[in-house]
Amino acid sequence: MNDPVFVAGTGIISAIGNNTAECLDALENSRAGIDNMQYFDSVHRQKIPVAEVKLDNVALAKLSGLANTKSRTALLSLVAAKEAISNAGIKNIAALRTGFISANSVGGMDKTEKFFAEFLSNNQRGKLRDVVHHECGSITELVADQLGIKDYVTTISTACSSSANAIFFGARLIKNNILDVVVAGGTDALTKFTLNGFNTLMILDEQFCQPFDENRRGLNLGEGAGYIVLVSEKVAAFLSKKPTVKLSGWCNANDAYHQTASSPDGNGSFLAMSGALKKSGLLPQDIDYINLHGTGTQNNDIAEGTAIKRLFDPQYPRMSSTKAFTGHTLGASGGIEAVFSILAIQQGIIYPNLRLQTPMKELPFMPVTDFIKNTNVKHVLSNSFGFGGNCSSLIFSKL
Amino acid sequence: MLDLKTQIIAQLNLQDLKPEDIANDQPLFVEGLGLDSIDALELIVLLQQSYKIKLSNADDGPKVFRSVRTMAEYITAHQAQNV
Amino acid sequence: MYIRATGNISPQKTFGHPPFLSEPVEYSGNRLACIEPDYKGLIDAKLIRRMSRIIRMGVAAAMECLQEAGVTKPDAIVTGTAYGCMEDTGLFLTRMVEFNEELLTPTAFIQSTHNTIGAQIGLLLQCNNYNNAFVHRGFSFESALLDGMMLLKEKEATNVLVGAIDEITNISHAILNRMGLYKQGQVSNGELFKTIGIGTKGTIAGEGASFFLLANEPSATDYAKLEGLKTFYKPQGIEEIEAHISSFLAAQSIGLDEIDLIITGKNGDAKSDEIFAQLQHRIFSRSNLVNYKNLCGEYPTATAFALWLAANIIKSETMPTVLEYTGPKEKPIKRILIYDHYQSVHHSLLLISAC
Repeated sequence: MNDPVFVAGTGIISAIGNNTAECLDALENSRAGIDNMQYFDSVHRQKIPVAEVKLDNVALAKLSGLANTKSRTALLSLVAAKEAISNAGIKNIAALRTGFISANSVGGMDKTEKFFAEFLSNNQRGKLRDVVHHECGSITELVADQLGIKDYVTTISTACSSSANAIFFGARLIKNNILDVVVAGGTDALTKFTLNGFNTLMILDEQFCQPFDENRRGLNLGEGAGYIVLVSEKVAAFLSKKPTVKLSGWCNANDAYHQTASSPDGNGSFLAMSGALKKSGLLPQDIDYINLHGTGTQNNDIAEGTAIKRLFDPQYPRMSSTKAFTGHTLGASGGIEAVFSILAIQQGIIYPNLRLQTPMKELPFMPVTDFIKNTNVKHVLSNSFGFGGNCSSLIFSKL
Repeated sequence: MLDLKTQIIAQLNLQDLKPEDIANDQPLFVEGLGLDSIDALELIVLLQQSYKIKLSNADDGPKVFRSVRTMAEYITAHQAQNV
Repeated sequence: MYIRATGNISPQKTFGHPPFLSEPVEYSGNRLACIEPDYKGLIDAKLIRRMSRIIRMGVAAAMECLQEAGVTKPDAIVTGTAYGCMEDTGLFLTRMVEFNEELLTPTAFIQSTHNTIGAQIGLLLQCNNYNNAFVHRGFSFESALLDGMMLLKEKEATNVLVGAIDEITNISHAILNRMGLYKQGQVSNGELFKTIGIGTKGTIAGEGASFFLLANEPSATDYAKLEGLKTFYKPQGIEEIEAHISSFLAAQSIGLDEIDLIITGKNGDAKSDEIFAQLQHRIFSRSNLVNYKNLCGEYPTATAFALWLAANIIKSETMPTVLEYTGPKEKPIKRILIYDHYQSVHHSLLLISAC
């Protein structure tokens, strides 16, 4: 149970690129993926910018190998999961005990919405094939079946921390000797349901979001998927491409303050970060980079910032929110940001917190605003906080 | 104001309350009725739907929704504007 | 690990720990609805006003379980739900379509989130500990249970609250009915395995909220020991199913002849029940079997009802008449195997024994 769990591969699709190389290029060149809606259809089209994956469902279907009639959430998931597996270079995956632990927030809601418009006029109408994959778990199974993974398949949904929870759950399945290999992460496509839901909360920025800025106005929703391949020590030993990163710490804690709002002192975030540090055996000063949850809402950024202050003061690591690039991808964000965290270690890079103009006056620190190359990044903390006070932190470490 | 109270009770599903239980000047939030930020958002929709008044700046919420009286005054002022 | 307490809201009289299934409730029609308690005194009035039916049921079942265990803040709260909060989801979707994405209110959206029930329990208890939610169809409860069991094994927790919640709403019932999940015409749950049930398609819809407090250390009032759990996904044929059952028992170092009772997830659907019928002629040929879905209906997290049933059979040392147990009456039930599957896709095995 004390054996380490290694990261053997990563895969990603987001508004800034359809694979790892494209995303890295956008990060290095400060190219955000937020824009007016192009593929996604909503009455808010002209008003609310979003961070879309720049492919329609037909193109995504071609890229993934699934039919284009399937939920976009599954299409995105399959693209990123396939990249993660091929990146890991595990040849005999079928011979190993392999699991797929995926997260998403609203399952096949993009299709359910289509069904529902007709169903409401007459409950005998609407195509059943549009609602058959409504359940979150059904999206995971569509992808698991394509990947040929069946030893353990499950889905986690805890709002915006979902895929961070999927990642540490996967690691624990390896530590408990239930599995040898786990593909873990999450996926979410833009849906009217979530866009309108967040819109009722009046936390969507009608401009491009500015996380951790004094004048931040809210978040931009995004879509995408991010997965990592976790392997046991035994499997790692046989890989031709030796892992260079391990998952060294994690923690989930509950803010227990309000169904949607974070507590002013960021209690849940503080507990998650300090719990992850404890698990990894590291001290705050060991952390080289924090990938912030940093949504750009008034409430999140001050709560998260306050928690960081409580934990790290006076010595702050470099930090940034990559949501200024990808938008807030909800159930996928923990997976996408885990991939960014791992890449930061592997490539020795740190990403800029785009569009940060005025630092928050309550905080004695400021996120990084330029892309940093050739820097030694040994330990990265990745934060993911969600509705229901669900706070998770992961720590990735260089081997 | 009685109508407004009935509407508030319905919108926020305050099952145990009757309109006469809410005093005109009683604070609606925290120490008063104990409403929170989600209720404020519900009340914004109530103004929009029942009175066609759009409160676009959420920061105005605390002032407008301080009590039933402040809400009623806001409605009266803005309905006059609309005419 | 030990099952220290339970809380169960179901279509039967199960809440408040009444006499163990002594008055089975019969329903006509293909939909069984939970018998809801009076929530006053169980849930804070300020919080309850926003809660839909499933959230109330989940929170109340969890509170009953914690009260029985005498635990105020569990070390972890883990829930499983296949469908999540359907009523809130349907409400928000309906309004979104009807008002063309305008004039929407936040409450239904917020409460539709899949981790709402676990979050509300955490909020009510002011509990900052681990909180997770699994949403994987017929594996939702089993995944939550595995998470809880691992937390105990990892010594991350000394006690965990694990629960399963699923509801059937008018909308979900209409849709699942169209998909052919349920029996048509004259149906009653009491007759599910008798005249009308035999050889026909479909089951009856059910729902429930069942919570368990699992603990590392035994206590004087425990229900039973939870020995093991295994799930398997989309097995190819009866031989593979048998192989999974055998390897599970082997891993527990136990033979089928040492199992006093097997609870199976027969649900009245001819195709679904075929698996149980075959096993009865094969690996289970000498076992004592009972079924339970005539009591709670079929739903993706129904195994949680089976676990509640097994825990109560062991603790109370009684076999409710409604189960129509035909095994030897003189032999006490000390060890129970639950074998369930949901739509032949999600299979699970649970082993429970007397303390």
